[in-house]
Amino acid sequence: MVKVETTTADGSSLTASGKRPADQLLYGLICICAGFSVLLLAGIIAYVLVRGIGQVNWQFLTSVTSVLKGTVGIAGNIVNTVLIVVLTMLAAVPVSVGAAVYLNEYAKPGKLVTIIEFATETLSGIPSIIFGLFGMMFFGQTLGLGYSILTGSLTLMLMVMPLITRNTQEALKTVPDSYRHGAVGLGAGKWYTIRTILLPSAMPGIITGVILAVGRIVGESAALLFTAGSAKALPKTLAGLFPKIFQSGGTMTTQLYLSATSEGDFDTAFGIAVVLLVLVFLINLGTKVLAAKADPERK
Amino acid sequence: MNRRAKKHVLEGVAQYVVTLCGILAVFAVCSITFYMIAKGTPAFFKVGVPQLLLGTEWKPTAAEPAYGILYIILSSVVGTGFSVLLGVPVGLLTAVFLTEISDKKMAAVVQPAVELLAAIPSVIYGLLGLMLLNPLMFRLEKLIFAGSSTHQFTGGANMLSAVIVLAVMILPTVVNVSASAIRAVPAQMRAASLALGASKIQTIFQVVLPAAKSGILTGVVLGIGRALGEAMAINMVAGGSVNLPLPFNSVRFLTTQLVSEMGYAEGVHRQVLFAVGLVLFVFIMIINLILQRMRRKAVDNG
Repeated sequence: MVKVETTTADGSSLTASGKRPADQLLYGLICICAGFSVLLLAGIIAYVLVRGIGQVNWQFLTSVTSVLKGTVGIAGNIVNTVLIVVLTMLAAVPVSVGAAVYLNEYAKPGKLVTIIEFATETLSGIPSIIFGLFGMMFFGQTLGLGYSILTGSLTLMLMVMPLITRNTQEALKTVPDSYRHGAVGLGAGKWYTIRTILLPSAMPGIITGVILAVGRIVGESAALLFTAGSAKALPKTLAGLFPKIFQSGGTMTTQLYLSATSEGDFDTAFGIAVVLLVLVFLINLGTKVLAAKADPERK
Repeated sequence: MNRRAKKHVLEGVAQYVVTLCGILAVFAVCSITFYMIAKGTPAFFKVGVPQLLLGTEWKPTAAEPAYGILYIILSSVVGTGFSVLLGVPVGLLTAVFLTEISDKKMAAVVQPAVELLAAIPSVIYGLLGLMLLNPLMFRLEKLIFAGSSTHQFTGGANMLSAVIVLAVMILPTVVNVSASAIRAVPAQMRAASLALGASKIQTIFQVVLPAAKSGILTGVVLGIGRALGEAMAINMVAGGSVNLPLPFNSVRFLTTQLVSEMGYAEGVHRQVLFAVGLVLFVFIMIINLILQRMRRKAVDNG
């Protein structure tokens, strides 16, 4: 007759409902770790708001820091940030979407595709400080653009390309093949199909990629310090915006860094931190809303 | 030109243009590699490979300058290593919480929190480290080194602060990658384990996590890459002198060395900084290659 063991090696009964102490301990640890992220985020938001919210008012957002006028403001940095975002997107979106279209619609599996995908992966793994160094050497020195908003934008273009390409590719993959067959069956050319059917269908995915890229740019600093420089003056007129592209201009993040280090002006630093936090949270919300729209079934 | 010919030309041009767009990424990687090597190698000839890589003295502006970057390399390696040791367990357990333990309601709080942590710009982490972590470290430092005559007081800007900031910054990466790896483990494995009488925690740690091992490892390697490349935040909290990577020493990392000296360096000093950039680039490329090999393996297996 076989003897059935009813106790485990450590002596606890298999049938008893008592919980193992090791389980309890690990369970507690897991909850603590999960709680840590939430508490950390809450702490960061609370501290930044408490220190910085008093600093943020109309004047802070619309004037430039000037000892002469006695004003403290980041308007110049806001304009620079907007300029860099717009320029980078103008350069990066067509190129990245084009690359995704090539990879998904034109390319046949082979060496070239492998190489392009490898390069895109590599590009997304390069840290921003290296992009900054390369941008300074190539766009700044070799092409003679110096420290300018254009140099910064071109550098960031390389940095966000993989992000937009990846999102566009994913979006193109979700467009059913029947759309392609249908269009071709009706006599449309490949490019015509892409332009009028595939890209519009993939639009939510593309826009998500673009918004993510904008978020990345707004928070970027290391790649901009040696490419876009740190000037904070505000162009006097609207027409002054164009020459500004070829001049040095520090974004909000650059100014935050300088305020907190060499300038020792922590009030301004926390003021900028509040503005940045609000911006990145709005951007995050935007991608969420879009993702929900693009894929209503997913929860 | 009739419409048909026009259409034909347009189709051809479109194909060329998008092909060029695709090749641009390849071109970018090649030029970055070329520039990093072309600008980074002259310093090795000027200073000498052993003097540069194994030298421990960093005096770029002295009358008899020394350009040893060994401590800088060590700081990057040690700082990255410890931040991963700290960040990965927390991130992994958070991923376990999200995928295996929490109900929908709790996950709806923790998941967005992790995403927002990833979205916070690195200068803000630096600012907070500077204002909160450094004073705390200074108090600790005064306690530990009270009466010490050899310790150089740093005011709290030290290796330990940098490690903590880095650990927090890689947390979202580790959580996201691990969580998707755990989600990919088939439900039958959990069911089988539970049916054999294992508790939920036993199932998680002895069945689910081992099954998700390769995905979790990918997250760890990604975290290493993140930590190695992070510049601004740790530049604000790690202090500014080249030292052995001890917890309470003020240290320089490969990245922070570039951030803080590239602005004014000239001559050989500048070339050496490019060499520092090249060393960082080589580290990052190795991590990238490991990562891509792991991903390809995962695709082959899955």
